[in-house]
Amino acid sequence: MNPRTLEKLSPWIFTIAIFLIWELACIVFKVNTSVLQPPSAAFAAMFKLWKVFLYHSWVTLWVTMVGFALAVGFGIILGLVVGWSRAIYRGLYPVMIGFNTIPKVAIVPLLILWFGIGEVPAIVTAFLISFFPIVVNIATGLATTEPELEDVLRALGAGKLDIMLKVGIPRALPYFFGSLKIAITLAFVGTVVSETLGANAGLGYLIALEGASFRMANVYAALLLLAFEGVLMYAVFAGIEQHFTKWAFRSQMSAAG
Amino acid sequence: MEAFVDIDGVTLKYRGASGDIVALQDATLKVQRGEFVAVVGPSGCGKSTLMRLVTGLHKPTAGTIAIDGKEVKGPVKMAGMAFQNANMLPWRKVIDNVLLPLEIVEPYRSQFRSRKAEFRAKAEQLLATVGLAGFGDRYPWELSGGMQQRVSLCRSLIHEPALLMLDEPFAALDAFTREELWCVLRDLWQRLGFTVILVTHDLREAAFLADKIYVMSARPGHIVQIKSVPFARPRDLQVTYEKDFGDIVMELRMKIAQVRQS
Repeated sequence: MNPRTLEKLSPWIFTIAIFLIWELACIVFKVNTSVLQPPSAAFAAMFKLWKVFLYHSWVTLWVTMVGFALAVGFGIILGLVVGWSRAIYRGLYPVMIGFNTIPKVAIVPLLILWFGIGEVPAIVTAFLISFFPIVVNIATGLATTEPELEDVLRALGAGKLDIMLKVGIPRALPYFFGSLKIAITLAFVGTVVSETLGANAGLGYLIALEGASFRMANVYAALLLLAFEGVLMYAVFAGIEQHFTKWAFRSQMSAAG
Repeated sequence: MEAFVDIDGVTLKYRGASGDIVALQDATLKVQRGEFVAVVGPSGCGKSTLMRLVTGLHKPTAGTIAIDGKEVKGPVKMAGMAFQNANMLPWRKVIDNVLLPLEIVEPYRSQFRSRKAEFRAKAEQLLATVGLAGFGDRYPWELSGGMQQRVSLCRSLIHEPALLMLDEPFAALDAFTREELWCVLRDLWQRLGFTVILVTHDLREAAFLADKIYVMSARPGHIVQIKSVPFARPRDLQVTYEKDFGDIVMELRMKIAQVRQS
């Protein structure tokens, strides 16, 4: 097999290998199913109750995407504002870091109190947990504009907005797209945390419900579906990143070579 | 005759971590229109500060700077600048990098859309004169360091500035490429007739390209010698191997060694 096909296949090979090892380990060590379910049991549960799983997966997916979309919108605006002025940057940074340090699981009860049990607290949690990396990355991209380039443009009479539009924002794009990959996986975490604590639907809700009833195969099935959704959305945003910021990958390659 | 760039008794102090730092002390330079001036000196002598002052990015603490009879009070909007680093925008094709100043500076800015084809043709032509014909549609990463520096020169000249400010533009290049680019700059200057202030460490570079060389001392930077270079134009690279040329470089070398000591 040539190295390129091997590289393409390797994610599949690794994933399948992990499932096989997991399955074999359960058989060989005769693991009690209340401790660890084999993947085969999880897949069997998935197929048996596919309608239920499809429904809850769908709820988690759209709730996450709505929260994530809010995070992207808000993150872009805040990132641009923070990147625009050093004073705002310095002023807001401690506040944002402080806020980001608070575990979102601690806020969910408040959100449930405010918005009631349902999708809204999950959307808000997904949003709250995922906007931070977007803001930081956009602000970093803007803040690292080469000073000499800024001099060239300023000497020509360029205003701050010109420099932002011609240099800052294009420069920040790779940072932005990179942050989306981090933010999307965090958004799933946010959604599921909130669903586990108070919701009527979604994979988090399902995990809490089935876990309480000791139907562990269903819990594992839900976890696997969650992981699958995360990988899927990550791949989507990695693809978007590649498409829009090819120049960043290429110029890095040429800088290294 | 009134100088085109008139730097008169300019001092620049700024607040450093340990008290005031005098970057430039009572510097006076008079550059005639169309003249090629080089500023040489040991590192940290405020050469780059001089660039920022002339282009209006910094205000002098004392003294005045005037270009074409008008005092510089803000960004001059008519100078081209190039640095040691080519500072290409990697997401833009070469031609769009060259066109960047036209998107900023008036009167081109307001005409940029309507006259785009014309501007592009002009940029292609300029690229051709530095030996990069047909490279417009490449991306900067596809070009070598020397080629990127040529593009950077084109970018600094596309808006036909009357004044070109160069801050060690060839310092990061290998010796052969550097000499090649000396000739590129020489030819551009001779064809277009702009005024140049070139800041450099390289004494041979200064002696080969400039009409007049200002030698600066280390901090606080001030001008310790003005040396006219008498060689006839157009100069061939051959001139750098003549004895008179060697003498000038040697004289500058001695002067700089002396100011570094003190």
